[in-house]
Amino acid sequence: MSKFEINRRGLIKSGAAIGAGLALPTIFTRNAYAYVNEPKGATVTLGFNVPQSGPYADEGADELRAFQLAVEHLNGEGDGGMIGTFSSKMLKGNGILGKKVAYVSGDTQTKSDAARASAKSMIEKDGAIMISGGSSSGVAVAVQGLCQEAGVIFMAGLTHSNDTTGKDKKANGFRHFFNAYMSAAALGPVLKSLYGTDRSAYHLTADYTWGWTQEASMIAATEALGWKTVNKVLTPLAATDFSSYIAPVLNSGADVLVLNHYGGNMVNSLTQAVQFGLRDKQVNGKNFEIVVPLYSELMAKGAGKNIAGIVGSQNWDWKLEDEGTKSFVKSFGEKYGFPPSQAAQTCYAQTLLYADAVERAGTFDPCGVVEALEGFEFDGLGNGKTLYRKEDHQCFKDVLVVRGAENPQDEFHLVDIVEVTPVAQVTYEPENEMFAGGNLGKCNSGA
Amino acid sequence: MLGLSKKDTTFLVVVIFLTLMTPILLQPFPEGSVLAQFNAGYPDLMQRFAIYGIFAIGFNILFGLTGYLSFGHAAFLGVGSYSVVWMYKLLGYNVVPGLLLAVVTAGLFALLIGYISLRRSGIYFSILTLAFAQMSFNLAYSVLTPLTNGETGLQVYTDDPQILMGAGSPNSPHFFGIVMNESAKIDVGGWQFTFNNGYYFCAIIAIIVFYLSLRIFRSPFGIMLRAIKTNQTRMTYTGLNPRPYTLAAFVISGMYAGLAGGLLASMDPLAGAERMQWTASGEVVLMTILGGAGTLMGPILGAGFIKYFENIFSKINDDILHTWFAALPDGLEDAIVFMVHPFIGKGWSLTLGLLFMMVVIFLPGGLIEGGNRIWRLVTGRSRNRNTPGKDAQHHPKPTAHVN
Amino acid sequence: MDALILQFLNGLDKGSAYALIALGLTLIFGTLGVVNFAHGAMFMIGAFCAVAMQSMLNISKVTLDPTKLDFLGNPAQIRTPMVESLFGPELGGSIINWSVPLSILLAIPVMLALGFIMERGLIKHFYKRPHADQILVTFGLAIVLQEIIKYFYGANPIPTPAPDAFRGSIDFGVLIGYAQNTIIYPAWRLVYFTFSAVIIAAVFAFLQFTTFGMVVRAGMADRETVGLLGINIDKRFTIMFGIAAAVAGMAGAMYAPINSPNYHMGMDFLVLSFVVVVVGGMGSLPGAVLAGFLLGVVESFASMNEVKSLIPGIDQIIIYLIAIIILLTRPRGLMGRKGVMEE
Repeated sequence: MSKFEINRRGLIKSGAAIGAGLALPTIFTRNAYAYVNEPKGATVTLGFNVPQSGPYADEGADELRAFQLAVEHLNGEGDGGMIGTFSSKMLKGNGILGKKVAYVSGDTQTKSDAARASAKSMIEKDGAIMISGGSSSGVAVAVQGLCQEAGVIFMAGLTHSNDTTGKDKKANGFRHFFNAYMSAAALGPVLKSLYGTDRSAYHLTADYTWGWTQEASMIAATEALGWKTVNKVLTPLAATDFSSYIAPVLNSGADVLVLNHYGGNMVNSLTQAVQFGLRDKQVNGKNFEIVVPLYSELMAKGAGKNIAGIVGSQNWDWKLEDEGTKSFVKSFGEKYGFPPSQAAQTCYAQTLLYADAVERAGTFDPCGVVEALEGFEFDGLGNGKTLYRKEDHQCFKDVLVVRGAENPQDEFHLVDIVEVTPVAQVTYEPENEMFAGGNLGKCNSGA
Repeated sequence: MLGLSKKDTTFLVVVIFLTLMTPILLQPFPEGSVLAQFNAGYPDLMQRFAIYGIFAIGFNILFGLTGYLSFGHAAFLGVGSYSVVWMYKLLGYNVVPGLLLAVVTAGLFALLIGYISLRRSGIYFSILTLAFAQMSFNLAYSVLTPLTNGETGLQVYTDDPQILMGAGSPNSPHFFGIVMNESAKIDVGGWQFTFNNGYYFCAIIAIIVFYLSLRIFRSPFGIMLRAIKTNQTRMTYTGLNPRPYTLAAFVISGMYAGLAGGLLASMDPLAGAERMQWTASGEVVLMTILGGAGTLMGPILGAGFIKYFENIFSKINDDILHTWFAALPDGLEDAIVFMVHPFIGKGWSLTLGLLFMMVVIFLPGGLIEGGNRIWRLVTGRSRNRNTPGKDAQHHPKPTAHVN
Repeated sequence: MDALILQFLNGLDKGSAYALIALGLTLIFGTLGVVNFAHGAMFMIGAFCAVAMQSMLNISKVTLDPTKLDFLGNPAQIRTPMVESLFGPELGGSIINWSVPLSILLAIPVMLALGFIMERGLIKHFYKRPHADQILVTFGLAIVLQEIIKYFYGANPIPTPAPDAFRGSIDFGVLIGYAQNTIIYPAWRLVYFTFSAVIIAAVFAFLQFTTFGMVVRAGMADRETVGLLGINIDKRFTIMFGIAAAVAGMAGAMYAPINSPNYHMGMDFLVLSFVVVVVGGMGSLPGAVLAGFLLGVVESFASMNEVKSLIPGIDQIIIYLIAIIILLTRPRGLMGRKGVMEE
C-alpha cells in the first residue's frame, strides 16, 4: 500500500490559512443579545409545536388552527376574538410590543425526542422566543425542560398530568390546562350525587405516567366519598384490544368502571366496554356505570354513540355561555366551520396570555414575562376568573363536569355540561403530596 | 497514512473535510431569503446528522457486511442514552463517564442479545432481535419507570446527587468545560454560520468511528464477514466457524449504536423511551438501505436524508408556501399551494414514503448509486473496475440467493 | 376456572384476528417470497372500507331548517341520508345500521384491485431484488397508503358500530352452569370469530381442493419447475396476491367495530403480524393460523390479574417472550419449512 505523504510546506501553508480564517470572526451570540432570540427586527417569532403525525394529529391540527387565529387577532386581523373580552386591555391588535407576530410550526409526533428536536430547531434556526402546543404530558414535560435550558418561555398546550406543574415544574413553563387532580376533585361531588356513596370501583389504567397520576387522583377522590376500590389494573399503552381486561370486571363485584385512558386507548376501551354490554348490567342491585375522568371532543367523536351518558371532566367547552367563549367560538367557527375543541381554546388562551404578559412586562425577556405571569389574575378567556399561581405556574379556574350527550342535536354537540365546578373546590396547596418533589428553579433567559 | 491505501486516505480526507465544513455547506441560502427555509445548518440538526450517521455506520458493519438484518438496534441506542443520563444524575454533567458507560453497557447488552439471536439466521434472526427490542421498549415505558422515567423520559433533577459537580461546573453537558450547547455565530454577507461545540464533538467522534469502520471493511475480519454474507455454507465447509465473527460484528455495531445513543443524550440531556421502539430500529434499517447497504458513505447519506425531511419538511406550512409563491397571480398561487400542500408540513411523511419508493425503484443500490450515476454523467464515461469509483470497491456483488 | 374459560374465549377472538392477518401475510411470503411491510396498511384500508361504506350510506340531502339554529346562530342543516329517502326511513335506517357487514361487499373488490395493482405495478419488479429492497419499497408504500387515508379521513379514530342486532353480549356462563355475568362474551366478537373461521377454511379449501390451488402449492414448493411445465405461474401469483390483500381487507373491515379505524392502525398490527407469521414458521399456512390462536390465547392469559400480580408487566412482553422461546426451541417456528427466508 502506498502511504500518504505529508508535505511540510503544504502543511504550514494550509495551517496558516485555517488560522487566518478562524481569527476573522469574533461575533458571538451572547455578546450581541440581552437574552436568547431577542427580537431585533419588525417581527417576533413564536413556535407552535403540535402533533401533526401519529394518533393525535387531528388534535394537533385543531391546536394549530387556534394558534393561527390567535396570531391573526394579535396582528389586528379578523374580529379580534377574545382580545375584546380579555380583562387585561394591553393588547391593541398591533402585534406584541409593536412587532408583528410571525410563527413557525413543527411536528412533535407525540414523542418526547421528536418534540424536542422540533422545538430546538424553532429556537436555534427560526429564533422563536416562545414555544407552545403539544398534546400529551410526556411531550409537555420534555419540551418544558428544553425551554428551561434554552431560555425561552414554554406555554403548555394540552397536558393533564399532575407532574407538568408538580414534580417536573419549571420556572419558564406555564400551564393553562387543568390537571388530573382537578378532574378528580371536580368529579367527586357529581359522582356522589349521581351514583351515591356506596359504590365499588374498578380501575383500568394506561400503564404510563399520566395514567398513574390520573388513577391516584381518582382513587383519592372517590375513596373520600366512601367508595371502595375493588381493583386497579394497568393496561399496556400499545393495547388496542381491551377485551381480556374488561371481561373480568363484571364478575369482580365492582359496579363502576373507571377508564383512566386517553386518546386511542380511551376510544377503544370505552367502545369495547360498551360492546361487552356493561352499561346494561345490574350489579349489587345498581346500574353498572362507566366513568372517563378526562374527556376530549375528538375522542368523544371517535367513540361515537358509546359515550352517551358517560361522565367525565373537561377544561372548557364551546357551549359555555360567557362572553369570552361566545366571541371565541364565533371567530373560530366562522373561520373554520366548526366549533373549537378544548385543546384549541387552551392554546388560543395561552398565546394571548403570553402576548399580554410581554406587553405588561414591556420586554420579551423571559424573566420579565415570568414575573408578569406569576400571580396574574384575569378573566374573559372563557374559563371565568382565573389565577396563574406563582408557586407552580398552574392556572386555577373552574372545571367542567360533562356527560356524553344522549340525543345530540348535531354532530358538534357531543357532551352536555352537567356542572361547572367552582375553582375553590379544585384548588389544592402547592405542597400537596401528588405534586411534591418538584422545584421551579430560577427563570432562565439564556443570557 | 494510518494504515490506509492512498485511495482510502483521499476518501477519508474528503470525509473529514465535508464533516468539518458542514456548518457552512448546509447553509447555502442567505438568511432572510425565501429559500432559507431549506438551510439545515443549525446545531440540533447537524448534531443529529452526525449521530445518526454513527448509528448507521455501525448498523452497516452488521447488515452491510454480514447480511444479518437486525430489527432491534434501537434497544442499544436507548441503553446508551439512559447510561449517559444516569451518569449525569449520579456524577455530573461531564459527558466522558457517560459515553464510556454507554459503549460498555450497549456492548454487553449486544453480547447477550446477539449470542441468543445469532443462533438463528434470516428472518428468524430479525424477529428475535425485534422481540428483544420491543420487550425493552415496553418495559422501559411502563414497569421500569423508576429506572427510565417512562413516558416523560429520563432527565436530571436539581435534587440528584451529581457528586462530581463543583460550584463552577457548567450546568449542562460539557466535555471538560467545553459546553455542548454553546456556539459561535458568524455573519458573512447575508449568510449566518453557526459553529457549535456539540456538533464538532460529535463530528470528531464520527470521523474516528468512520475511520474505524473503514479499517474494519478493509481488514481480514471484514473479508470474513463478507464471506458470511456471500456464502455461509461454503465458509463452514472450509472449516471456519462463522458464529464468532458475526457475534463480533453484532457487538461492534451494538457499541456504535450505544455510542450514538450516548451522544444524543450528550447533546440534549434527556432520554426518551421512544428511542427503543421498533420504529426507531426500522429507521436505521431504512437509512442504511436508502443510502446503500454495504457501502461506506451510503448509510451516512441515508441518515442525513431521512433526518433532513423529518426536520425541515415538517416545518413548512401553508403560510410559508404563500410567501414563496406570492409573486404569482392570486389564482395560480392558490392552485400551486393547493397542489404542494399535501406534501409539506404534516404531509412530510408522505413525501418521505414516496421518496423511499422512488429511490428503491430507480436507484437499486441506494443514494450512493445515484451519486455514482451523476459522477459518470459528469465525467462522461463509464468507469471500469480499476478506477477509484467508490462503489465498485465497497459494494459486495449481489449474490444469487440459495433457496 | 371460570376466569380461565373467559380468557380462553377472549384469546380465541384475539387469535382469530391475528390468524387472519398472518394468513394473508404468509400467502405473500410463501408464494412470492416477498417481505411485505405494506400488509398492515392493507388491513387498515380494509377497515376504512367499512368507514367508507358507512359514509356512502350516509350521503345525505341537506335541507335548511330555519326553526333550529346551529352553533353560530345560522339556520341548522338537516341531513337526510339518501338511502332513507330511497327506501323509506325504516329499511333505509337498517341498511345504514348494517353498514359494517355490508362493507365486505366493498372490501373484496377494492382489495382485490389494490392487490392486483400492487403486484403488477410494483411488487413484480422486486421478486429478484434483495429482501432489503423489498422492505424499503413496501414500507414506503405503507406510509403513502396511510398518508392518503389520513388526508381524506383525518387521524382521529372513526366510530363504526356493529349492527344493533349484535350489540350487547351473550352470557356463556349460564349455558354451562355458572352464575350470571361470570362468562360474558360480546355478540359481535362471536360473529368475528365465526367469520374468520369461515375465511380461513375457505382459503385452505381453495388451495387444497382446486386445480388452481394445486398449481400454486406446487409453485410455492418449486417455482422454476412449475414454470418449465409451461404453466403461467406469474398470473396465478398475481391472483394469490389479490387474495391475500382481500383476506387482510376483510379482516380489517369486520374488525372496525372492535377497534375504531384510524390511519395508523396498520403500523400497530404490522409488527405483531410478522411475529405471528415467523412463530408459525415461514411459508406454512397452518403454522400461521396456529400461531395466531396460540399467541392470542397466551396474551389473554397473561393479562389476568393473578398472573400480572405475580410478574408485573408480563402482558406487555408476553408475545415477544413466547416468540423468543419458540424460535429458540424450534428453529423454524412451529411449522416452518426448511430454507424459506433463512438466507
